[in-house]
Amino acid sequence: MSQPSADVAVQTNRLVRIAIYTALIVLAVYYLLPFYVMVVNSLKPLDEIREGDMLALPRQWTIAPWLSAWSTAQIGVEPTGLRPYFMNSIFMVVPAVALSTILGALNGYVLTKWRFPGHNLVFGMMLLACFIPFQIVLIPMARVLGILGLAGTTWGLVLVHTVYGLGFTTLFFRNYYEAFPTELVRAAQIDGASFFQIFRRILLPSSGPIIVVTVIWQFTNVWNDFLFGASFADVDSVPMTVALNNLVSSSTGVKEYNVHFAGAILAALPTLIVYVVSGRYFVRGLMAGAVKG
Amino acid sequence: MAFLEIRNLMKSFGNVDVLKGINIEIEEGGFLVLVGPSGCGKSTLLNTIAGLEAITSGDISIGGRSVAGLHPSKRDIAMVFQSYALYPNMTVAQNIGFGMEIRGIGQTDRDKAIADVSELLQIGHLLDRKPSQLSGGQRQRVAMGRALVREPQVFLFDEPLSNLDAKLRVDMRTEIKRLHQRMGTTIVYVTHDQIEAMTLATKIAVLKDGILQQFGSPAEIYNDPANMFVADFMGSPSMNLIPARIETEGNGVAVVISKRGGGEAVRLPVENANGLTAHAGADVIFGIRPEALTDPDGADRTGGGLVNAVCPIEVVEPAGSDTFAVTHLGDIEVTARLRADAAIEPGREETLTFNMTKAVFFDPKTESRIA
Ligand SMILES: Nc1ncnc2c1ncn2[C@@H]1O[C@H](COP(=O)(O)OP(=O)(O)OP(=O)(O)O)[C@@H](O)[C@H]1O
Ligand SMILES: [Mg+2]
Repeated sequence: MSQPSADVAVQTNRLVRIAIYTALIVLAVYYLLPFYVMVVNSLKPLDEIREGDMLALPRQWTIAPWLSAWSTAQIGVEPTGLRPYFMNSIFMVVPAVALSTILGALNGYVLTKWRFPGHNLVFGMMLLACFIPFQIVLIPMARVLGILGLAGTTWGLVLVHTVYGLGFTTLFFRNYYEAFPTELVRAAQIDGASFFQIFRRILLPSSGPIIVVTVIWQFTNVWNDFLFGASFADVDSVPMTVALNNLVSSSTGVKEYNVHFAGAILAALPTLIVYVVSGRYFVRGLMAGAVKG
Repeated sequence: MAFLEIRNLMKSFGNVDVLKGINIEIEEGGFLVLVGPSGCGKSTLLNTIAGLEAITSGDISIGGRSVAGLHPSKRDIAMVFQSYALYPNMTVAQNIGFGMEIRGIGQTDRDKAIADVSELLQIGHLLDRKPSQLSGGQRQRVAMGRALVREPQVFLFDEPLSNLDAKLRVDMRTEIKRLHQRMGTTIVYVTHDQIEAMTLATKIAVLKDGILQQFGSPAEIYNDPANMFVADFMGSPSMNLIPARIETEGNGVAVVISKRGGGEAVRLPVENANGLTAHAGADVIFGIRPEALTDPDGADRTGGGLVNAVCPIEVVEPAGSDTFAVTHLGDIEVTARLRADAAIEPGREETLTFNMTKAVFFDPKTESRIA
């Protein structure tokens, strides 16, 4: 019946689409440009960078800067490359993420399904923990680590990040479990399941999306942290971010920009991988929380 | 000796009193239905029996043993929830077997029990499915299976049929009744559907605002409501509650109801007026169910007490098996239930027959029954 107007609708629709895609492509290029510069320059010999054209592709491709950044570059005073620090970061991140996620899940479980008088107050205080700036806790934390004998160790950093992350992980899990049907918990209680049995058999199997969200969040935050690493780490617990800084700001010799670029990419790689692998769940998990919560 | 006994039960959430002194007892094998409007405390009462909510004061005993303070799993009860509460990550078989698994019963015994129950409920072909792959009626059956397999002393049902469509609800209602007759286990059943209550119960407890309004057999609740709330709540269409006046007439009394527009009042003499004589001259609420207000030919002649009166008919609603006529008495709309083929027309004055043996009377202020 209204053939012409349908045509117009299709046409405007197409125009709008073109506009949207153009905008998206421009923005994507804009955001990807720095990454492109880093990748391109990490694969060039230093002379080519000195010529000044940061955007040019390498004339002579080389992976030497990557090898150097990984295993031979001067970090502070030691020519070890970033490798040992990468491992330091892994040994710090994995337990910190695992602990804060598990504890956050337990907190969320208790705060929603085993309510006690004052549960809201406790939750409020945990929320507040999300807003405490890093700088404020530095000195008290240093003191606590000292008392515990964990100063300068990887486990000390694990503790700091677990405690600091707990506010966020609790928030995530609480909001997720708030929407989890309490009747399921009650049914399991009547079936005789204990506190931990209910958690493990009933809640955890349904927690996939929120676990992914929490792990990504914690992984990126802990991996990327600089301040705690710089403040609390000792020689053998220095994390990647701090080492990268030491690499770039080493005062001796020439500035090997190509090695710096390679090092920076190495430092960013794990978070990048985590996002690429599970980013889809991240968005889905956030949406699920938003709709249900 | 009652099997399930609830004595002076109080329950508060903080400073909100939700249950205010409930006394109920039911014999072994009974079917107790808790009815009442939304928010009256039915689920709370059921949850206190289950042990999912702690009680504030009073006592609950099952089979002569006080269960107050016992963990839900130790009370020998099983519960079917309104949302069915099937574990989403487990198959039907795992759902039914979960309680046994927790109690450490071996795989072979478990499989046998699951097979028995699933045969009883005809869900054998569903055992490997997840709850998300079931229809509403199938989920309902699985939820019942999970309760049945425990072989408890008391079944607790919290509005188990309210998520089903009308047809399925009637089928499942019959099925629950059949299961009860077959197993003879005591059941406590929450609903706000008064038809479910009437059809299933051996005893009904009507609740309102956390107070037990009346406790009795379905017939007692229906024919002898303790107050206007119960009279109005039970029955569909509900009882006509007509403002009226008691006047002496001869050596008995009559119920006098004013008509719209100040026409001649309707006078209904009452034969067995023993309770009413004391209220001569007083305003009362005259309660009469639609089926006790009929066309003269459709009246029940077995019990006597029939009085005819001419009433203005406003609307006629044929409903297949019956015809409902709406008249206007004592300033309210009054529904009469006539034979399907009763010759009656709206806008005319017609003779209706009041079955006064079925009439009940309430105090308009306290709303409680006076005769
Ligand atoms: N945990 C709680 N904290 C505070 N008040 C509550 C809590 N649980 C229930 N209530 C209140 O107790 C009253 C009774 O609730 P209950 O769930 O027993 O009602 P119900 O009769 O089952 O209603 P429905 O027919 O809607 O299911 C309600 O007013 C409700 O707001
Ligand atoms: Mg309820």
